[in-house]
Amino acid sequence: MTTIERDLLHTVEADSISAGRHFWGRAALWLSTLWLAASFVLQAAYVSGWITFGFENWRPVLYAYVLWAIVLCVTRVVLYGEAGKKALFVLPAALFVVAMVVFPLLFALWVGFSDWNLASLTGRKFNGLDNLRRMLSDPFYANALVNMVLYSLAIAVEYAIAFGLALLLSQDIAARKFWRVTFLVPLMLSPVAVSWMVGKSMLETRFGPIARLARWLGWENPSFFGDPLTARLSIMIMDAWTFIPFMMIMLLAGLQALNREVLEAAEVDGATKWQRFWQVIFPLMLPVSVTAVMIRVIFKLKLADIIITVTAGGPGGATDSVTSFIYREYRDRSNVGYGTLLAIIYLIIIVIGMTMLLKVSDRIVRRMTGRL
Amino acid sequence: MVAIDLDKYARGQRLRWWAMRFVVYGLLIAWAIICMFPLFWTVSTSFKTAADVMKGNLVPWLDFTPNWLGWRSLGLSPDTVFNVSTVREEFMRRLWNSVIMSVAASALAVILGSLAAYGLSRFSYKFGYMRNSDISFFFLSQLIMPPVVLALPFLVLYKELALLDTYVGMIAVYTLMVLPIVIWIMRDQFATVPVELEEAALVDGLSIWGAFLRIIVPLVLPGMVAAFILSMILCWNEYFFAALLTSTNTNTLPVMIASQTGSQGINWWSMAALSTAGILPLVFVGVLLEKHIIAGMTAGAVK
Repeated sequence: MTTIERDLLHTVEADSISAGRHFWGRAALWLSTLWLAASFVLQAAYVSGWITFGFENWRPVLYAYVLWAIVLCVTRVVLYGEAGKKALFVLPAALFVVAMVVFPLLFALWVGFSDWNLASLTGRKFNGLDNLRRMLSDPFYANALVNMVLYSLAIAVEYAIAFGLALLLSQDIAARKFWRVTFLVPLMLSPVAVSWMVGKSMLETRFGPIARLARWLGWENPSFFGDPLTARLSIMIMDAWTFIPFMMIMLLAGLQALNREVLEAAEVDGATKWQRFWQVIFPLMLPVSVTAVMIRVIFKLKLADIIITVTAGGPGGATDSVTSFIYREYRDRSNVGYGTLLAIIYLIIIVIGMTMLLKVSDRIVRRMTGRL
Repeated sequence: MVAIDLDKYARGQRLRWWAMRFVVYGLLIAWAIICMFPLFWTVSTSFKTAADVMKGNLVPWLDFTPNWLGWRSLGLSPDTVFNVSTVREEFMRRLWNSVIMSVAASALAVILGSLAAYGLSRFSYKFGYMRNSDISFFFLSQLIMPPVVLALPFLVLYKELALLDTYVGMIAVYTLMVLPIVIWIMRDQFATVPVELEEAALVDGLSIWGAFLRIIVPLVLPGMVAAFILSMILCWNEYFFAALLTSTNTNTLPVMIASQTGSQGINWWSMAALSTAGILPLVFVGVLLEKHIIAGMTAGAVK
């Protein structure tokens, strides 16, 4: 990622903005800002009961925001001419993300420190650090966090398999496209359908084909979700099944982009296959590997669909991921306060963890590739 | 003497080559079975009766006679497809919801994301203290945001905004979900287009927006298609937000599939038919547009 200090694409700006245009631009911007602020304050006052008139819901405030966003974009051009048109590229996406992420996040902080049962009429009650205290003594949340670590560790195995498959596909094989498409299919399938057909039907203890296979292999009473350890393993395998193709494709692209000459040089120098892999291919593939694993970790941290549909966290919350735990917490008690606080803490842990992971992997890559 | 040794060496070499071939294709076939068996199981179960399911019969026509039981319960078997069927109506409505939402959200994300990625790759911005790299990071960092962080605040906000169970609300959520991925892909695409092209266009009298729409967009169209398809797959398969934020109107297919828990036992055949119907569109998309999907996934990963 390089920083562009000056415009890469230069434009000649030869427009002079007349005083009248400037005035109307400013006026429109101020008016719409005022309207947004006014509708917000009005509605806030109405909801908290200070005044007796207001809107039925917050919709009008949303409309005011949309109008404000449009006016902001238009006035960029009115006020700054050509230079303003450049801002129009980034502004819509930025305004959208601000409305959809920054604002809800701030709102989440407000929700997170409250006792708010959506089903009851009492509404939100501020309860200070109660949620935090409850979280610290909640064994299920701690268990879910530990599970996320375990699930993430499974990525190491997924990575090894994906790398193996990528190597297979980069061999000189017939009908490569066919194999590639076949291997890619699991990624297309909806996790919910997969959980039904694989998790519930194929792993069914009486008639599921995999249970049959397990019995045939000598496992007396196959049960894949009976005890915590096997249940976690089953979840890991199902999740791995859907996501291995993703890493495989990235690694395959990396393999195909490798410099042929380096590989040939190694072969000429008499390196064995094993040496060629560990001394040349693997180090050269490290940057791609890190990207693939990072993206995979990001997706793994969102893991929920399979757990919600197959085990619903069972047995006894043993397979819960953080997301599925919060989901159940909300479904069972319809209290948004506690769940939101758990989610915020989770986000903080993720941000710290990912930053550290990036730093460490960066160092490893630099050391390994520096050696070459 | 030497000739015999060479011959022996060549034979050993050939033997090793054949052994390698054997291992490679053996592994390929093994993994292909792992990939395809669940799909085969799903499709074949939708043609089974209860007895066939319980006995675990596998091969159609050999082990069991396929029948339309599962598809009949969906109202999609040949003999029921022209009759009125409430289940089919329900299914079609969910399917339609899935199509509308994933297409609209992906289109919106590709438009917003491409514009942002183009702007960031060509001009230098300063929004407050934020410069280009900060803005890029701001967009891409959304990728690590777990949906659960936003889910409950969205639930409350949407309730207040009367956006629960509406298309607009769901499309906005899905657009947000795939936007960082689109920006990630498109940034990579714009970086490969030389700036000289636009400079020439500007000299010829086009405005920056004219140059973008008439010169650049046609060039990066493959990238946009890749981003669109990848987004569509993600939206189509999304379950978490759909389960929380929709109820009766805008339920998507995954929600319908997940809610099929009967009180007493599960109708495996109808489950399988439903899953098959939900999966099949994407399998087709995947097989036909595999090139674009791969292009999208590998964007930015390989330098």
